[in-house]
Amino acid sequence: MLSQINHSPILKILINLIALSFLFISIAGSIAVGAVDIDITTVWQALVSFDPSINAHQIIQELRLPRAIAAALVGAFLAVSGAIMQGMTRNPLASPSIMGVTDGAAFALVITLAFFPTVSSFGSVASGFIGAGIATTLVFMIGTFSKGGLTPVKLALGGVAIGTMLSSMSSMIALHFQLEKELGFWLAGGLSGTNWNSVIILIASGVIGLALAIGISKSITVLSLGEDIAVGLGQNNQRIKIIAILSVLILTGAAVSIAGAVGFVGLIVPHITRFIMGTDYRWIVPSSAIFGSLLLVLSDIMARMVNAPYETPVGAITSLIGVPFFLYLARGSGGGK
Amino acid sequence: MRRLEGLKRQRFIPIVVSLILLIFIMLFVSLSTGVIQIMPMDVIKTLMNNGTDRQELVLFDFRLPGIILAILIGAGLAVSGAILQGITKNELADPGILGINTGAGLSVVLFIFFFQNSLDTSSTLSIFIMPVFALFGAVFAAILIYTIAWKKGVNPIRLILVGIGVNAGFSAFLMIFQLKMDPQDFRQATVWLSGDIWNANWTFVAALLPWMIILIPLALQKANALNVLHLGDDIASGLGTRVEHERRILLLIAVALAGASVAAGGGIAFLGLVVPHIARKLIGPLHQYLIPISALIGALLLMVADTIGKNILSPTEVPVGIIVAILSAPYFVYLLMKTR
Repeated sequence: MLSQINHSPILKILINLIALSFLFISIAGSIAVGAVDIDITTVWQALVSFDPSINAHQIIQELRLPRAIAAALVGAFLAVSGAIMQGMTRNPLASPSIMGVTDGAAFALVITLAFFPTVSSFGSVASGFIGAGIATTLVFMIGTFSKGGLTPVKLALGGVAIGTMLSSMSSMIALHFQLEKELGFWLAGGLSGTNWNSVIILIASGVIGLALAIGISKSITVLSLGEDIAVGLGQNNQRIKIIAILSVLILTGAAVSIAGAVGFVGLIVPHITRFIMGTDYRWIVPSSAIFGSLLLVLSDIMARMVNAPYETPVGAITSLIGVPFFLYLARGSGGGK
Repeated sequence: MRRLEGLKRQRFIPIVVSLILLIFIMLFVSLSTGVIQIMPMDVIKTLMNNGTDRQELVLFDFRLPGIILAILIGAGLAVSGAILQGITKNELADPGILGINTGAGLSVVLFIFFFQNSLDTSSTLSIFIMPVFALFGAVFAAILIYTIAWKKGVNPIRLILVGIGVNAGFSAFLMIFQLKMDPQDFRQATVWLSGDIWNANWTFVAALLPWMIILIPLALQKANALNVLHLGDDIASGLGTRVEHERRILLLIAVALAGASVAAGGGIAFLGLVVPHIARKLIGPLHQYLIPISALIGALLLMVADTIGKNILSPTEVPVGIIVAILSAPYFVYLLMKTR
């Protein structure tokens, strides 16, 4: 784990405020950049005095704004899930992306599309939720019930195994029902398909999921010191863990069913946040949310600029940023034994 | 314990014979099933040169090269996995998990991407060049993983974690390049990456055969070094083995086998992991027996998966890698839960 610096609370608040203002600047940038470049003053006008007769205002209101907000929310959700997972399992490699979550959501989605083709967009998001939940639970169970317990390597390999199996089954179903295109589109989808409906779904899940996460953040701090210490301090670990898993499921489920495969945000951000904010999860959880939003909004801008006018999947961008970091962790504490 | 080993050694010949028999039975099953059904009697007739032209075309030009490729790829991946598990002393090592397959895959996709205009990808020349490219990619991936995991020696757990990371990085590059392809190539690449014996013709068999004929006996000849390495580095160097030297040669053989197999069969996951385990259960840990048995089981398993894939959702052909993954992932999970 990275060494920690103990900053004073005022400095921590200041860092968070600076990050927050960067977030707003990058959201504005995200709205301005795209196939049609729109200058910042028009962006501002579209927000404060919307005029439906102006084309640029329409683009901003219907496409760019929901997309930027969705990117910020998805980034926040993934980062908070990662922070909670890492704190709860005391495992530096725990994060949604290496645990087969995306493959689980894709699997459920393909089944839904194959057998209930008339399903609404809300129904397909709900099925993504369930699939993500099943995959996470399976990987957790493999880790927990195996000899030697939930080690980093168990978690990673369990994720690989469950992920490969689920994605193989989805490909098979997709091939048979001729849904390859839908599946591929969703998997590489990123944030290009987001609209106000997705934002509403994200906000609804975020209110519950983030509230749960912040509510247990103090207990997660205690838990991250070790289960024995937590029990010694009179904490009901079982209840805390159930609430933690529930919030992780809600947050990753929503993020994955909206944005598809966005890897490594949940892995990197909590580490960076811990490095800046120290070990107290009451600070880590909200700061992770801000840093995660910032990272994904910036990645989404990059995804649109790297190969313009075509979009690069945002998941590929976050992977390329995240992999060196993962390797650094794997070299250090993850494989230290 | 020693008596048990002796017994297992006595079982070697019967096991080999029965595996070869099973492979021949599968050969007939596989030849006679498919979109066009051919009765087993007609298969024999055609093989004896007494079939109709149509039957000869289906059997000799379409089905037989595919089956022979399945045998070669299955054997190659299984032996590669057996060697990797031996030198890393890690029961969960496999060319797929370590990212070697993805490295080879990326290199092949880059090859298709950059030379698709100047070179017909199904021409004889490119068929022979492709395994070489895959080999470069595989070697590059292996060197990368080995270097990053090196920290005063290579710890098996670190090696696997680094492999998973490198794998994810290569996949991201793959996705970027795939999306730049035109739709036809894109579909081709997607199917191929999930593991598919896609170019089933005799030229490909001829391109792959020399690799297997040279590399598998070479691995067999190194079996003793592998046995000694498996005991641990200290004992191995005590017994006079040049540990790092032997390990590198064996690693190169394993990587070359995986690379050549990927060029022909795409990213077939878990085969190299599961097969050596089954072989070890049958014959024990000595590599001079383990390697040939693994090769045979690998060939058999891939033939079975290939036949299932061709028939389960007929007329849709399911890529063989998908079947292998669905068949062997549960076993992998079981191994994962059992090992420390």
